[in-house]
Order: sequence, then structure tokens, then C-alpha cells
Amino acid sequence: MLLIKNGCIVTDEGVFKRDILVEGQRIKMIADKIDDQECEIIDASGKMVLPGFVDMHCHLRDPGYEYKEDIYTGTRSAAKGGFTIVACMPNTDPVIDSKAMIEYIKAKSRTDGVIDVLPIGAITRRLEGKRLTDMGELKEHGAVAVSDDGFSVSNSMIMQNALLYAKTFGLPVISHCEDTQLTSEGLINLGRDSTFFGMMGISKAAEEIMVARDVILAENTGASVHIAHVSTEGSVDIIRRAKQRGVHVTCETAPHYFSLDSSYARDFNTDAKVNPPLREKSDIDAIKKGLREGVIDVIATDHAPHSEDEKNIEFQLAKPGMVGFETAVPVALTELLHKNMLDWTDILNKFYCNPCKILNLKCDGISTQAVADIIIIDPEYRYEIKTEEFVSKSKNSPYQGYKAKGRILYTINKGRIIVRDGELDREVI
Amino acid sequence: MKYMRKDLLGLRELTFEEIDYILSTAELMKYILLQDVKKTPHLNGKSIVSIFYENSTRTKLSFDLAAKYLSATSCSISVSSSSVNKGETLIDTGKTVDAMAADVVIIRHPFSGAPHIMAKNVEASVINAGDGVNEHPTQALLDMFTIKEEKGTLNGIKVAVVGDILHSRVARSNIWGLTKMGAQVRVAAPATFLPPDIEDMGVSVYYDTDSAIKDVDVVMGLRIQRERQKEGFIGSAYEYYRYYGINQDRLKLCKKDALVMHPGPVNRAVEIDSKVLSSENSMVDQQVTNGVAVRMALLYLLTRKGSRKDVIN
Repeated sequence: MLLIKNGCIVTDEGVFKRDILVEGQRIKMIADKIDDQECEIIDASGKMVLPGFVDMHCHLRDPGYEYKEDIYTGTRSAAKGGFTIVACMPNTDPVIDSKAMIEYIKAKSRTDGVIDVLPIGAITRRLEGKRLTDMGELKEHGAVAVSDDGFSVSNSMIMQNALLYAKTFGLPVISHCEDTQLTSEGLINLGRDSTFFGMMGISKAAEEIMVARDVILAENTGASVHIAHVSTEGSVDIIRRAKQRGVHVTCETAPHYFSLDSSYARDFNTDAKVNPPLREKSDIDAIKKGLREGVIDVIATDHAPHSEDEKNIEFQLAKPGMVGFETAVPVALTELLHKNMLDWTDILNKFYCNPCKILNLKCDGISTQAVADIIIIDPEYRYEIKTEEFVSKSKNSPYQGYKAKGRILYTINKGRIIVRDGELDREVI
Repeated sequence: MKYMRKDLLGLRELTFEEIDYILSTAELMKYILLQDVKKTPHLNGKSIVSIFYENSTRTKLSFDLAAKYLSATSCSISVSSSSVNKGETLIDTGKTVDAMAADVVIIRHPFSGAPHIMAKNVEASVINAGDGVNEHPTQALLDMFTIKEEKGTLNGIKVAVVGDILHSRVARSNIWGLTKMGAQVRVAAPATFLPPDIEDMGVSVYYDTDSAIKDVDVVMGLRIQRERQKEGFIGSAYEYYRYYGINQDRLKLCKKDALVMHPGPVNRAVEIDSKVLSSENSMVDQQVTNGVAVRMALLYLLTRKGSRKDVIN
């Protein structure tokens, strides 16, 4: 048994100071005061208690790229970042486009993982954008969504059919929006910085055109679509207007799109190379506004680990992406909560309630009889992010030296303490 | 003043004083270059390695002669015959050359920033001989040297750069350098050839060549890659020449003694008319000569601090 005392529980109705008693894998009791039992007691005075966060967009690189990350290290890194459920993208090798691959992820997660891993299947076989996967079968075996993330489904007919076919099985479609003819040779956002740093640019239109297309397809078919990693002001506008019209569209952004701009790519810093690229100050402001207004439903990590050999090379050759599990929550708290853009309930919605709703997961939060997936956050803790301290196998992050306020103190998965006092528990290392 | 940097990666990071110092040193080198016996011991005992990942005739030869005139040991690696084809990384290639005690590595690469990553990983001084669409600092330095030689100063000189600014590392380096030295730079190109916010680099932007070159002291043409037509950047070479080519009528709009420059090789009757090219305004040959002088100066400045280990970044 585990007793969490004096914590401030965040719910969708507000923040309440309560004690929580955990027995086995579930929350047994929540009350104003629970007398000390013969069990481990966590004093959460002055700390925030929330359900374990759900990351609906990450890359665990397993199978095929285990030198960057695997389910063992990835789930530990996620747990350290406050996540108890992660949904992993299918751009592995082999691609997660069959029931066998779904089963592989599930089995490996059971043996190696310390939190829950939910596989996302591919929209098209081998992510080639040509033939749809057997989505019904993928769903039956445990896929929570489909996505060709990393690639856009460029053929509009295929995308239309994907939305309709996925709707048949109640599978969310997560769309990576990129007009690759427009991105062409581009390396960073097309703008002042691409001109100054001497790199070809990627226009915002490359994202926005596909966001607009997918919104139109969703509207015309009555299907729903989830837009991945929204990065521009224009995309937020398109989605805002679509939502006002009643289109079934949801979307996510990642912390780097509301905290870093393209200037981080200065001196050809490959850690700042991501897809879509880091944008401009006006986009950062629009993303924050979109989060505050509810246009952007979810904050996902887009955790994308790469080895040093894939980053310490020419910018043009470097793989896009940054690790995100261990920085997402601290960055969100620093940039959004502490700057009064979002309150605790908003944080709960962006990291838990909304991803649960989109992926059709149970959303019990902190409640009696709920599964004891719990995190405890110290909101006032100030520290400097050091990439060498990441649990992730990869260290590719431009947040080195970033001054954060707020950190994950405890991550509890099904009643088991995975992270204790901000570090992985000895039992799970 | 001493040139204290370890590398020459671009003109964006150089100060007015550093550029001025390089140009002054190049004057001395030009004197050497004009002698009957152009061999001096400035680089005696120093080793220079050129690594060209892209084709080049004049830049490669220019560096090679510069090194040889100053008595350096110089070698070059061409990518087709190197380990790069066996999958060796840029950094590994750099470290290999470094381990052979090279004092200077000259690198040309199709990717922006390649010399920068090389510089971070090797002890030798690195000279950027052109990287992607980013910079071609030695070309800009020789252009500035040529203008200064002819006009006596760069301060207040009006320069029009005409052509594919978007893909031109020569244009970028010239804009960084010339504006720092007090020149007024105008760029003229169709909108497809202009990168966004180029005005923020301190230049005036024109779509119309006639307006851009009116009363300028220097007009600089840029090479137009023929594939740009296929890529949809321009309608045709014919139309490009009509609106952006430097012909005799256009030249009359410039100051009478305006210099016509081009980094070469020139597409005749696309960027510059043959008659303009052979006129006394044309500086194309002088640019080539001055290129050797400027590169001699850079090799000298980057190697002159004795042991390569003494070089301070």
C-alpha cells in the first residue's frame, strides 16, 4: 500500500487538497485526511498530484533502430518525464503495419517496459502512401490510432479513403502534414533566419496546405482527423475555423513549437533540426494562444531520439527530431503555467484528458477505483536541463542549459513507483 | 592588429577590422604575385590540404597556386578518388587530414555549414571555399579587394548584385562583407531568386535591373544555373537576359567608370553580354588574379603563428 499525503490533486473541476491511498494497482480511497497506515508514505505537501500523463506521439525506435532508443530505455525516459502511457509511431523497421508488429510492441512492452506502450499502426503499408493497411485487424490487436508520421500521405484520394476506412473501425487518423514538393531542399523555416544562416528554407505553406486539405477531407467525409505537431500560426487559424464549422478535427503541438524559434539552428546546430522546423516568434505566440483557447487540444512530446553519429554531421544530412520525454513537462510548466498561459486544469487536459479522449482511452483521472497511474510534480523546483542526465539513450536536445521551473518528482504506474524524488527508482534501473 | 581566428568560415562573423586587415595583407601578396619570380618563404614548412566535394576549376587552382607561391606543401583530395566513396564521414576525413599534421584545410562542400562542422572537429585552420548556398568568403574578399583597388575605398561605393541571390553563396558573402565595409548594396532579381527578409541584411531590393544599376559604381552578375529553368524559377534564359542581363545599354545607366564583375564562369548572353565582358569596365580577369593574392594573404595569416597548436580561436 502507498499513501500520498497532503498533495494538491488536479481535476477537471479544479485543484483539491486530499490524501490518496493506493492498494495494489488501484486507488483505494481519496479523502481529506487518511490516517497513516502501515504502508509507504509520500509527503506531497506543496506538490501537485495528477494522473500519469499520456503522450500520444513518440518514437521508441524499437524495432530496427535500437541504437537510438528501445522500449526498455524509452519507457524509463518517458516515466522520468511524467508519462505512464505512451503511444509510439509506426516508422520503425519493420514498419508497424501488421498484427505481428502490433503484437511485438505489446509483448516487448510487457517484458521490458515500465509504463504502458500503445502501438500506433501505419495508415499505408510500409508508409509508402499507396495501399491502406488492414486497419480493422490492427485495431483488433491493440493499435490505438493510425499514422504515417514522418511522411505525409500525399495522394489525396488515399488520404480520403484512409479517413473513411479508419472511421469504419473507430480508429483515429493522425496526419503528418507536409507538402514535400514545397519543403524540397529546405532545412529550416523559410524566413529571416534561413536567409541569414545561408540555408534553404521550408515555407509554412508546406504544412498549412496539407492541414487545409485534411480538414477539407474530414469535413467532406464526416470523418475525423488529428493533426500532428502543429507549428505555424496559419495552421492554428485553419483548425480554429474548421472547429467553429463543426469539423471533426483535433490537433497537437510539441513543446519546442511554443518555446524555441528558428534562431536555435544558428551555427548549424543540428539538435535544433526538426520536422516541421522551428518557426518564428509570431508562430510561438499563435501556438500558445491556440493552446489557451483550446484550438490545440494536446501537447505531445514528438520524442525523436537520434544517435550522436546521426546528429554530429552536416546539417543537411542530420536526421530531424529531438528527444522530448524528459523536457516536455518542465518546458510546458515553465513556458505556459508559470507565464499564466494555462492553469493546472489546462495542463491536465493537454497532457491527459484530451489525448485519452482522442485515443479512446479510459479517462478516470485521480478517482476511487481508478488505476493508480499517478504523478507528483514539484511546481517550484528550479534547475538547468542537462542532456547528459537524460535517461533516454539519445541526447539530441537543444534544451541543454534551459532554465526550467517545475519537475516530475514521482511517477507511479499501476501502484508501482517508477520515479522517486526525480530519479528512476533503483528497482527499475 | 592580428588576425586571431582559427578559421575563415564566412564573412558574417568577421569584423570591419578583420576584413580590412585581410585586404591590406592581400595588397602585399599582390605585389609578390606581380614579380617575375613569385616564390617566397612565407609558408615554408606549412602544409595545406584542399578537399573539394564539388567541382571547381578556378577556386581550386587559385588556392593551389597561392600555396605554392608561398612555398607551402600542398595537396588536394578530390572526392571521387577518396574514402568518402567508401562511406567515410566528413569529420573522419577531417580528422585523418588533421592527424597528418595539416596546417590548413580548404573545403568546398555542397551542404551549407559543412566547413563549420569540420572546423569544430579538427585542429587545423579551416577555410571555407564555398558551402552550399551559405558563403563563399574568399570570393567576396577578392571582389572587395578588386573594388578597393580600382576605387580606392569601399566606403560609400554603390554596388548592384544582379541574379540568383537565393542560391548564391557569393552574393551572401558579398552582402555581409560589403555592407560591413560601408558600401551600399542593391540586389536585383526576379522574386523567385530573392530569399525572404533579404532587406534585413542591409540591402535594397529591386525587381527592375535598370533602377537597380542606375548610377552604381559596381555591377556584379551572378551565375545562373541552367537547371533553374527546369525547376521553374525562371521562364527562360532568353527572358532572363532580357530583364536581368548586363548589356551595353544597361551599362550606360551605371556610372561611366563602373566596374563589371562576375565570379565566373560566365554564361555569355545570359548574365553578361560578350561586348560588356570584353570592355574596359570588365574586371573578370582582374578578379581571378586578385583571387590568388587574397588566398595567399589568408593562408599566410592563418598559418603565421608558428605551431598550429598555438592558433587561438
